[in-house]
Amino acid sequence: MVERGTGLDVAGLEAMAKRCRRHIVKMVHDIGAGHPGGSLSAIDMLVGLYGHRLRVDPSDPDWADRDRFIMSKGHASPGVYAALHERGFITAEDMASYRRLGGACQGHVDMKWCPGVDFSAGSLGMGLSFGMGCAIAASLDGSERTSWVMLGDGELQEGQVWEAVMAANHHEIGNLKAIVDRNGIQNDDFCEVQMRVFDVAEKFIAFGWAVKEIDGHDMSAVVEAIDWADSVTDGPACIVMHTVKGKGVSFMENNPKFHGAAPNPEQYELAKEELA
Amino acid sequence: MSAPSGGGASRDGYGQALLAMIDDDQIVVLEADLGKSTKSLFRAEKPGHTISLGIAEQNMMLVAAGLATSGYVPFASTFAIFTERAFEQVRNGIARPNIIVHLCGSHGGIHTGTDGSSAQSIEDLAIYRTLPNMTVLHPSDDVSAKALTLALRNHDQPSYTRTARNKVVRAYSEESAAKLVIGKGHVHRRGDDVAILACGVMLNEALEAADTLATQGIQATVVDMHTIKPLDEALVNELSLNCGAIVTAEDHSIIGGLGGAVAECLSANIPTPLERIGVADRFGESGDSDELLAMLGMKAVDIVRAANRAISRK
Repeated sequence: MVERGTGLDVAGLEAMAKRCRRHIVKMVHDIGAGHPGGSLSAIDMLVGLYGHRLRVDPSDPDWADRDRFIMSKGHASPGVYAALHERGFITAEDMASYRRLGGACQGHVDMKWCPGVDFSAGSLGMGLSFGMGCAIAASLDGSERTSWVMLGDGELQEGQVWEAVMAANHHEIGNLKAIVDRNGIQNDDFCEVQMRVFDVAEKFIAFGWAVKEIDGHDMSAVVEAIDWADSVTDGPACIVMHTVKGKGVSFMENNPKFHGAAPNPEQYELAKEELA
Repeated sequence: MSAPSGGGASRDGYGQALLAMIDDDQIVVLEADLGKSTKSLFRAEKPGHTISLGIAEQNMMLVAAGLATSGYVPFASTFAIFTERAFEQVRNGIARPNIIVHLCGSHGGIHTGTDGSSAQSIEDLAIYRTLPNMTVLHPSDDVSAKALTLALRNHDQPSYTRTARNKVVRAYSEESAAKLVIGKGHVHRRGDDVAILACGVMLNEALEAADTLATQGIQATVVDMHTIKPLDEALVNELSLNCGAIVTAEDHSIIGGLGGAVAECLSANIPTPLERIGVADRFGESGDSDELLAMLGMKAVDIVRAANRAISRK
């Protein structure tokens, strides 16, 4: 019997998240490219999911009745790889392959390359639809497995997201959970400058979803929100987590430059000190 | 050569195939508010395995992909032209991870008629053919469309099948259609002077052209190239050696579809005179199917002229 999560308490999860932050910065630094900002904003929730909730089996990554986690903002792959490593799916050597030829850790998460990855992402706006397909399949199977999908806030500008949001409510898909990483920054600049997304929670509520807003860096709140989302079974549920892009590394925090850039050697040393 | 009598539209064959799989619980059918038109007849019989996704094709493609990775075999349909709206979803969400989803785009080609150019997909075969892992089919009538759709049930790659709106004279009986194999052209008649490779509604025009050519003392091979990808290169090579002149006929742009695929094959293997009948790099317009075919130079008489041109270039 595969249990949910790992049994770690909040303090244990917080320690896991700190290790993950170090993995993220190292991966991006070592290859000199990648997306640290959105990985660091998402990592507390990723740790909450892998450490507290998901029924997955590292010894059998393709186990048919596993919960699904779909990283729709697939560029935040260092965050996923860090969590998968901590959960026992991939090795440190795999993490070192990030963005390298033949590596398990492709630039954007890819189900064909990396054990534990359920969706090949990289083009924004597609993950919630895919997660819905997985959730419908679970219902047809009479299984209690659940689909968890993480989206970026900039990603909400893609029209397909709202096709999926509408369909999930129409079909009352109770085993579909969306998590929006509301870090306020997208590729070129702040969302506020590029394309305002306004009140995300209000939008999901208008489409008939159950919604909870949290501080995405408060591990107790993360765990509570996951449990809350699980308790919603009559329709889709969304956690809007307010986060800081680059969280944990001072010069990356709330800095659009570190959406998709690696730290230089001096910055890397500083980041390691801050994450020690 | 006389075709079996009666008539049928390839979209009807798609629907008949779905109904024939009604007891197969792995089959799920997805629709985008055009299920009645694409003949996705499953819904009334098995609503629990039919998913209505509204007018939202991009979402439909990825819902299908999610179902497919969870053990189901999705058949998703809309108009050919609206599948194109979700091309990048098909590219990144289905073909790239090689997820076995079967798409059906109905009302393809200018044959769809009076709806006009916005509905007349003439580039679908070309764009899906460029995707690694994709199989691309374009059956001619209802009987062959049913057989090929049923053959997709255990196909090990994602696919795109273009069907047509209107009935055509059947070129197949149940027995002959049962012999169809994905990836293998079906030879309808043999002749050594020229080979006409046709697909979809143009198969009938090709057969009619071959009758006319016979009265001129020209013996034509006619092949139903129902599979655009993977192209039956062995057959194309054999015909280029035996006939020395090739004509392609498709209700599609002459760029990138069957004509494009055959041109690529011939130029890489056995350079052979080729004439392409199809839509010559323009959009269609409203009109009756036959009027449009005539206006665009795609009737049997045009194939006859093309055959003579190809033969004269030997």
